[in-house]
Amino acid sequence: MPLNTDPRTPPVTPGGSRGQADLKPQQSGGLVQNKTPESRPSRIKKSWGDPVFKSVTLIFAGAILVLALAIAVELWVAAYPSIQGMGWHFFMTQKWDPVMNHFGGLSFIYGTVVSSLIAFLIATPFGIGISVFLTEMAPRALREPVSFLIEILAAIPSVVYGLWGIFVLAPLLSVHVYPYLIRWIGKPFFVGPSTGLSLLSAGIILAIMILPTIMSISREVFLAIPRSAREGALALGATRWETIVVAVISPSKPGLMGAIMLGLGRALGETMAVTMIIGNRPEVSLNLLGPSHSIASVIANEFAEATSDMHLAALSELGLVLMGITILINIAARVLVWSTSSKLRALEKA
Amino acid sequence: MLKLKPLFLSLSLLALPAASFALSMNGAGSTFIYPLASKWFSDYNKSTGVEINYQSIGSGAGIRQLLAGTIDFGASDAPMPDSLLAKSPVPILHLPATIGAVAVVYNLPGVPTGMKLTPDVLAGIFLGSITKWNDPAITALNPGMNLPATDISVAHRSDGSGTTNIFTDYLTKVSPDWASKVGKGTAVNWPVGLGGKGNEAVAGLVKQVEGAVGYVELAYAIKNNLTYVLIRNQAGNYPTPSLETTSAAAAGSLKTMPADFRTSITNMPGKDAYPICGFTWFLVYQKYTDAAKGKALVDFLNWAMDEGQKMGPDLYYPELPASLVKKIKASIATIQVGQ
Repeated sequence: MPLNTDPRTPPVTPGGSRGQADLKPQQSGGLVQNKTPESRPSRIKKSWGDPVFKSVTLIFAGAILVLALAIAVELWVAAYPSIQGMGWHFFMTQKWDPVMNHFGGLSFIYGTVVSSLIAFLIATPFGIGISVFLTEMAPRALREPVSFLIEILAAIPSVVYGLWGIFVLAPLLSVHVYPYLIRWIGKPFFVGPSTGLSLLSAGIILAIMILPTIMSISREVFLAIPRSAREGALALGATRWETIVVAVISPSKPGLMGAIMLGLGRALGETMAVTMIIGNRPEVSLNLLGPSHSIASVIANEFAEATSDMHLAALSELGLVLMGITILINIAARVLVWSTSSKLRALEKA
Repeated sequence: MLKLKPLFLSLSLLALPAASFALSMNGAGSTFIYPLASKWFSDYNKSTGVEINYQSIGSGAGIRQLLAGTIDFGASDAPMPDSLLAKSPVPILHLPATIGAVAVVYNLPGVPTGMKLTPDVLAGIFLGSITKWNDPAITALNPGMNLPATDISVAHRSDGSGTTNIFTDYLTKVSPDWASKVGKGTAVNWPVGLGGKGNEAVAGLVKQVEGAVGYVELAYAIKNNLTYVLIRNQAGNYPTPSLETTSAAAAGSLKTMPADFRTSITNMPGKDAYPICGFTWFLVYQKYTDAAKGKALVDFLNWAMDEGQKMGPDLYYPELPASLVKKIKASIATIQVGQ
């Protein structure tokens, strides 16, 4: 092995934790492993404690699985009248009419996916860019205050984001930004006039909300890259830009993927801020400046007052769909992480 | 683990006496009635010591809890349909507790409050068939008012709500077009417009978008000084939306009031009757096997009809007309208590 480029292996323990796709590299525990042989004074005590500890943690871990499964089963049961009654139409039609008992969920699914996608597209370059700046370039005095300020964004309640969105952001965008998008780019994505309450506004609010998640995790990931990796790249004649790309960003890909997925997860499930700014109109349209709706919004909006069985079932089915979307995205992220990390390993061997 | 056990034990010991000694009741449902109801419950608790907990989880959720038997009474802005009433093991009574009214508000700079609209035109606006404020249908009703050519943007509630139920119930009654295309309910498939969650969001939309029109609870419109529409009632007048005209609508409903009070009071006859209003009902069981609880609830309901009604106007809830209160009390008297 010529060069230790794996960020997950602290330099102290060469080969200590090979191949674990950890999110936070410092936790990989190589140090602790090295210590264990000495710190074992009594064999009897340990042989009693270990199995108990193991089973307790196993129960904890299992409880999560059982819980997730129980939620899925419960949702399925609650959604059954709708699954049976609407069938595939639920995913094909956008007409949501509680009075006529006709429920099509397409517009909500579309709104959720597109608004999260917009948030992802905006927040990813910003989040990663900020953390590169903070770890690689910013003067020391600036690092802590800036990351503190951004992390504070995560502590703001979503209803405050919603209020800010409806009273500040939406009017601002509809007067100063959207008219230009309509004039310069236009159809089919930017068609006016817009009141500011739109799919794009929702995406922008979501981007601001998930930015701290992406930023702080990717910063941790970058910080975990050993200094030696950067020095190595510089020593080989790389410019600063090349060093950042080759020695910092490239080996951090699995961790960055995790950061983005956590952010995306928050965007998909966000309710309050979205419902306040998305316009709440169940409609599938390519126009990003038009009103839309989302799964979490419609559940929060209509569940309390829904009395007909079919209405409740349709809302539950939307919940099930949201769970499905989240799981699909997580699986996709896992696959991406595996494929990039296996590529990395292949590179190391070469 | 071992240390936690005594903690749990002492906690459960603490919780037991509270549950078994104080007489307390649980209710849930309508959010509309919550400000008034919480005033009632707190005042009633001070004078009698009876504790009534009320969760404003929404009418629909309140009805579900009542059917599941997890609460002692519910409150709803929409009457329960027969299909749901049939599901209850014990018959359920509807008792009007107060009246809600809906004001249609708009934002047109330079146009003062009091634009007149007929039911047809109002339905046309919310159906999307009338799209400009200077449409001949509107200007003909408002001679002397200088109406601009601004586009009409409709704002409506996005959350299921009793306010929407009253408003769509009214439009369904007055417009065959609305009845066939949209219908009535706590949430409907709106032909046009943007949705806002809650009165405050609808009012926010109306305030921000020039040319917007929406509907909010009357109390909300009064408290926030919103410009409102005068709507023609059955008698051909244009009453100002207010607590008095709302009470007048309830009085106008007396002649046609069914025995179970499950009726809509939109578009009622009466010179001063405001056309868009509806009851909020307490939903109680016909029979309570727990005698102490049943008696306390009956006492409270009677109190709410007498003292309670007088507290309404201060909180922007209209009083129920005296003749209706008499009928409701007769119905309260039919509640069976004990074995």
